Amino acid sequence: MNAQAPPRAELDAVLAFADDELVLGWRDSEWTGIAPFLEEDVAFSSIAQGEIGHARALYELAAGALGRDADALAFDRSPEEYRCAPLVELRLVHDWAGTVARHWLYETADGLRVAALLESDWPELAGLAAKMDREEAYHRMHAQMWADRLRSSAESERFEAAVGELWPYALGLLEGEQRDRLCELVGREPVEAIGRDTHSDELAPLWEEMTMVRRSLPGATW
Amino acid sequence: MIWEVFRQEREGQPFQHGGSVEAPNADFAEAYAIELYGRRAESVALWIVPRDEVREVQEPYVADVFDRDYRRVDGYSLKVKLKEARERAGAPAG
Repeated sequence: MNAQAPPRAELDAVLAFADDELVLGWRDSEWTGIAPFLEEDVAFSSIAQGEIGHARALYELAAGALGRDADALAFDRSPEEYRCAPLVELRLVHDWAGTVARHWLYETADGLRVAALLESDWPELAGLAAKMDREEAYHRMHAQMWADRLRSSAESERFEAAVGELWPYALGLLEGEQRDRLCELVGREPVEAIGRDTHSDELAPLWEEMTMVRRSLPGATW
Repeated sequence: MIWEVFRQEREGQPFQHGGSVEAPNADFAEAYAIELYGRRAESVALWIVPRDEVREVQEPYVADVFDRDYRRVDGYSLKVKLKEARERAGAPAG
């Protein structure tokens, strides 16, 4: 354990990150069984699991510092208490162009966020970021190959439209100068971000389903 | 497009055929090969080869049509020859 508790801002950032990964992992898992083809079904399901695994590690880190339980952080808060960005809340299942657009925007932004956390003064967080980055490198590779594929296809306009639609949401993942870096990486002008101060209408139904089993027997040991 | 995937289990070991993946190009094939053959530390390296680039040879060219096992080193059973030689020399077989 840390002799010194991490600063509140850093804890908030870890919780926000955990919520992003949990909710995005959940949304991505909606493609299991219905992805465009079998290999992609396996790959995207595995990426979804990877995100949920990262969420678990982040919740455990935060839970240790807060003296709370990781499962309680993940599932026992009300929807308003989640700090995820609206980008990850959107239900994009059946819209593969939109899903790839979000995946590509998220992983690009996530690369910036993880790189910054590698420098954290909280050693456990810096160590976790390094572990996560190894898996995220694969996620970024997967996202980039799909973005390249759709951009060079007959459906490129559809993909670009999806990126444009999600762009204000993607900026909402990051703060401050990381937003400027994201603009450079994505090649887009800054716009007004749809950030963590708000939730989309799609979070509440997602939360209903995500926590349904746990709420069915409060306090149960599984 | 089908890609054949070869896996190396440990450094220094020969690559062995693991299976195949379907993918539209080499980048996708790499990602799916990683996913199916490299995520559980079961491989230290992968080779990913378009199936069309694999030159396959089948019977009759690889068949042993006439029994010419004397051409192969394993065609000589040293054990039998040694036994016969020992018998001829009157030495106890062993």
